[in-house]
Amino acid sequence: MIFATVGTQLPFPRLMDALNALAASTSEDVIAQTGEATANRSAMQEMRSLQPAEFSDLFNRARVVVSHAGIGSILSARKFGKPLIIVPRRHALDEHRNDHQMATARQVEGSQGIYVAWETDALADLLASDLSPATEAMSPAREHLIAHIAKLLS
Amino acid sequence: MLLLQSEGFVMGKRVLAVASAGGHWQQMMLLRDSFSGHQTLFLTTLDGLPEQFDAHPARILRDCNRNDLIGIVICTLQLSWQLLRFRPDAVISTGALPGVIALALGRMLGAKTIWIDSVANAEEMSMSGKLAKRFAHHWLSQWQHVAQAEGAEYAGAVL
Repeated sequence: MIFATVGTQLPFPRLMDALNALAASTSEDVIAQTGEATANRSAMQEMRSLQPAEFSDLFNRARVVVSHAGIGSILSARKFGKPLIIVPRRHALDEHRNDHQMATARQVEGSQGIYVAWETDALADLLASDLSPATEAMSPAREHLIAHIAKLLS
Repeated sequence: MLLLQSEGFVMGKRVLAVASAGGHWQQMMLLRDSFSGHQTLFLTTLDGLPEQFDAHPARILRDCNRNDLIGIVICTLQLSWQLLRFRPDAVISTGALPGVIALALGRMLGAKTIWIDSVANAEEMSMSGKLAKRFAHHWLSQWQHVAQAEGAEYAGAVL
C-alpha cells in the first residue's frame, strides 16, 4: 500500500493528481490524506484529515509513503522506519508561503530512506525502485542540541 | 498540592513544553530527553497526539495562527490558565504561534524561556520565531548559517 500525506495545514492538489494518475495504472492500493474538503479522485482512497492513531496505523501498514517536504512527514518516516518520497511545495505554484520546502528537500536528499521527487514526473520511477527505510538514529547534532537544552534547564 | 497529586510527583524543575501538532510536535518529541529529569507538562493542538507519543501529562490547546484572531484569544486564555496552574520554571517551544504566546506569558511570570526554531526554516527564522525573539531568553535556530545571520544561538539540530 502507498500512503500519501500532505500535512495538516494546506492541500497539495498537484501531488494528489499525480498520485491518482499513478494509482489508476497499478494494482497497489493508494490511500491519501489530502487536506481537501471533497474527495473526487477515482483511483485512490482520500481522506481530508486523520486522527493521530489512524495516521500511525496507515504509516505502519504502508510499503512506502509519499508526502510534501514537511518536517513532520520526514520525522514520521524515521520514527516508523519507512521509505519516504517527498515532493517539495513550490512558492511559485502558490503551494506554500515561501520555498522553505525546497530548502528542506535539498538538506535531507541523500539521507537514508528519504527520496526527493523534484517533479511529480519522477514519482513513478521512484515508486518502482528498490527503496530502503528511513531510520531514526541519534545524530551528533541532535545529541548536542539535547545536551545544550538540558544545560539551559539545569 | 492538588497538581502534585494528580500528575504524580517528579523531582526537578517544572518545564512547560509547547508545540503545535505536526512537525513542531515531532521535533519536541525528539528533544524531550533534554528535560526528562524534570516535571514536564506538554501542550499541543491535536487531541490524541500526546498518547501516540506517550507524552504525559498533556493538555490540548486551540490551535491558532496570525490570521485567526478568535483562535488567538482562546488559545491565550487557555495558555494563561495552564501557566497559572502549572507555574513553570521554564517554558520551551519549537513553534508555532501558541508557543510564542506561551513564551510571552511565561516570561511575564518569571520563567526562563527557550525558543527552538523549527528545522524546517533553513533559510531564515520562521515568522513565529521572529515574533518569539523578544520573549525568549534563549533564541535558537537549528541552522548555523541562519543563527549567524539573525543573531540566534546554534547548538545542534534534530535532523
